[in-house]
Formats: sequence, structure tokens, C-alpha cells
Amino acid sequence: MRARLLAAVALTAVLASTAACGGGDDTAATPSGGARSAAGVSGPITVLAAASLTESFNQIGKDFEAANPGAKVTFSYGGSSSLAQQITSGAPADVFAAASPATMKTVTDAGDGSGTPATFVRNQLVIAVAKGNPKGITSLATLAKPGLKVALCAQQVPCGAAAVKALAAAKVSLTPVTLEQDVKAALAKVKLGEVDAALVYRTDAKAASSDVDGVEFPESASAINDYPIVALKDAPNPTGAAAFVSYVQSAAALRVLTDAGFQTP
Amino acid sequence: MPAVVGLAFLVLPLVGLLVRAPWSTLPERLTEPGILAALRLSLLTATLATAACLVLGVPLAWLLARTTFPGRRLVRALVTVPLVLPPVVGGVALLLVFGRRGLLGGWLDATFGFTLPFTTAGVVVAEAFVAMPFLVISVEGALRGADTRYEEAAATLGASRWTAFRRVTLPMVAPGVAAGAVLCWARALGEFGATITFAGNFPGRTQTMPLAVYLALEQDVDAAIVLSLLLLVASVAVLVGLRDRWISP
Repeated sequence: MRARLLAAVALTAVLASTAACGGGDDTAATPSGGARSAAGVSGPITVLAAASLTESFNQIGKDFEAANPGAKVTFSYGGSSSLAQQITSGAPADVFAAASPATMKTVTDAGDGSGTPATFVRNQLVIAVAKGNPKGITSLATLAKPGLKVALCAQQVPCGAAAVKALAAAKVSLTPVTLEQDVKAALAKVKLGEVDAALVYRTDAKAASSDVDGVEFPESASAINDYPIVALKDAPNPTGAAAFVSYVQSAAALRVLTDAGFQTP
Repeated sequence: MPAVVGLAFLVLPLVGLLVRAPWSTLPERLTEPGILAALRLSLLTATLATAACLVLGVPLAWLLARTTFPGRRLVRALVTVPLVLPPVVGGVALLLVFGRRGLLGGWLDATFGFTLPFTTAGVVVAEAFVAMPFLVISVEGALRGADTRYEEAAATLGASRWTAFRRVTLPMVAPGVAAGAVLCWARALGEFGATITFAGNFPGRTQTMPLAVYLALEQDVDAAIVLSLLLLVASVAVLVGLRDRWISP
């Protein structure tokens, strides 16, 4: 009898814990439209952005809020393909900034974009290694050395697709130990010392420069990712969305992005 | 009435899965290379994890149920921590201990050149970590309910503690152990957060079905549904195969 009760409790705990696992990001949008006040737009703006944009967009969000008191920008970062899937499944958001045209196409093909996406920055890959580069990694070819553990992004994530292109351009055949869901997860594996190297964006290596070193390689020029941004069709705050999208393409925002290591489009 | 709502709540998502499945393209999809590899890996690691939990968990349950020692309540609380810990946190914790630079992992790497992350063994460890509390709690409950007089009788008849345990206690609590093992297996099969954080994701080696479903969802919803259906069928088959009289006390 008691075993049944314990089993029931355990089953409830299973259901509760399976609700806690999984990697989806949740957004904090409240469906109240914003208005254009004298000082600019106001209201909550929800932005789904590629993980590589984390540090830059956090800064841009603060600058935008300073220029538009009354506006509150909330970000949800993740792998672009994961975010695109959330949007097409109906997640309430105002803006989508992807790390590749392919993932943006998923959203626009489903008719969830409002207007044409605009490319606002570009990003290139580097090899992230532990600080000091103890394994002496200098190129993509050295990555394929036996005994080295390398993390790549999964192919459907933009940084994974770029990695595949770059490796093909270098004619290097590499078997990674893991295919991570977004670029920050791959970077985390390097920071933790679990892998010797990972192919991440130049911006990510720069943002984590206290923990990792970024090794440049020539083939990254053949796998440059264009980052498009678009306001979403069912945005709860359309004026805010449009304002944020144009702000991201302004000179001030571009400066923040290029400082972080992005390239101008 | 609430019971009906509860049942509907649990059953409706499964119905949705069946309704939305791409039945017309199912045969070709099932033979795609990654799918069977992920299923095989999932079933293998879940079974190995359950075996590990049985070997380690039953003695632990016996310790908690049959003996008294200072700090027993603390030990019981510690055993249930993986139950309430978010699985990703469990994965991070495992990395900090068994990772290449971890407390034990560093020693493992230096002595044997072997690391757990990114290996199938790592998947088994992650799954066992999250699933063991189910087994321990279930077996402990069964042991508490079992009558100790039979064991005492066996002792007076000359049986050693191990013999009494093997031939008297275990058969008595077998339904509880089986129930715990089924729960443990099911939990291990569905584990996602700890697996992807600790063991990583690589097809054939560490990409279990839940990971495959999550990644497929980003590219091809229909493929994700097929994978989910497969996992559902496998789980139901196991649960139905374990007949009710074997797992109820």
C-alpha cells in the first residue's frame, strides 16, 4: 500500500521534473500594445535573438530604453533554429534577429515576418581554445589531430552550418565529440575544459576573452554568416518592434556591434 | 468529474501526437539512418542505467529501511535530491565532478586517460543519477512493509544474512523492486537535460531519443513527431509487457 503511495508521489515528481527539463526559452511579453509618446515608443518589446547576440543586444537594449523611456526590452536568446521554431509555433514576440538567412527564412516562409528582413551585421568563425592555447592549435587542420576533443554546433544552428562550410573549404574531415544546440553551449564546453576547442563566432570568443582565446583561420572568410532582423507579423507591440528594428540598424547600435567583433553588412 | 479531467489532461497530448503524425510517409521516415540508432541507444542506456540503479540502489534502500544509524534521515533526504533537482542542474553538477577537470574526473583522466563526458557511459551515468531515487524510494517502501519475522525465522534456521536476503527478503519485495525498476527505466529513457549537458549530443554515441526529438523539432516537425511516436510505442510496449500482477504488491 505504502509502495503505491510512494510510487504515486514519485510519478508526480517525474511529471514535475519533466516540466523543468528541456531547453526552451520562455518570453515575458505581456500583450499590451505600445504607443508612440512624445519621447519615443513605450511598452514592452520582446526580442528573440540568436545566442551570439547576447552581450551586444543587452547593451543595445539598455541604450534603446535610455532613448525611449517607457519602453522595456526583454530578450530571449537561443539557437536561431530553436527560436524560429518557437515563432512559427506561435510564441508571442515582437522582433526576431537570426544568425543566418536560412533560419530567418523558416519564419518568413511561414508568413510570420512583417516586411522584408534586413541584414544588420555579419559574423565570422574562430577556433575557441583554452586560455594560453595549451594544445597549440593554429588552424583547422590541427583540429583534426587525433586525441583532440572538439565541440561543434549542430548543423541546423547557423554556427554549425558555417562550421561545416568552413571545414569543407579547408578540406578537413573532423569528427566532433558533441554537436551543441547553440553557440554559447559550445563555448561553455571550452570554458569548462571539457573540450579542447570549439568553432564559435569571433564575437563569442571576444566576449569570453578572460576564459578563452580565439584562433583565427583563413577559411572562415568562406563561411560568413549574415544576420537578418525582422519585426514579426503578430507582434503585441508593432510600433515598438519597428522602432527597435530601425534602432538596431542605426549608427549607434552598429558601433556597439562592431566593438563586439561583428562586421558591417 | 475531476478524475475525468485528469485523465483527459494526460491522454490528450498523446492523442494529438497520433493525430498529427505523418502516417503516409511513416515507412520511409522510420528507415532514416539516425532514427533507429537513437532508439537503440536510448533503449540500451536506459536498461544499463536501470541495472546500475538496481545494483547500487537496492543495497542503499536496504540500508535505509533495515538499519539505524546517525544521520539516516539526512541520507534519505540526500537520496531524493536528484528527484527535485532540475535535470540540467544535475548535468552541470555531474560535469563538475566527473568532467575532465572535475573533482574525480581529473583523477580518472590522469590515471586511465578516460573521461565520462561525450561517451555512452556518460549517458548511462547521467540517466542513473536522475532515475536512482525512484528505485530507492520504491524498494525502501517495499522493505518497510515486509515482515521481518520471516528473516528472523531464516536466521534461527541457520541462514546467513546474505542467504536470508537472497532467498527470503528479495522474493518478498520483488514486486516493489520491479515497480521501482520500471519507474527508473522510464525516467532514464526520457532524460534530456542531464544527458545533453553532461554527455553532449552526438548521433550514435550520445544522441538519445529525447535529444534527437528536440533537434529534429527545429528542422522538421514531422521527423520529430515520428521519433516521439517511436518512443511512445516503445514505452507503452514495456509498460504493458510488465503485467500488472508483477508490479503491484
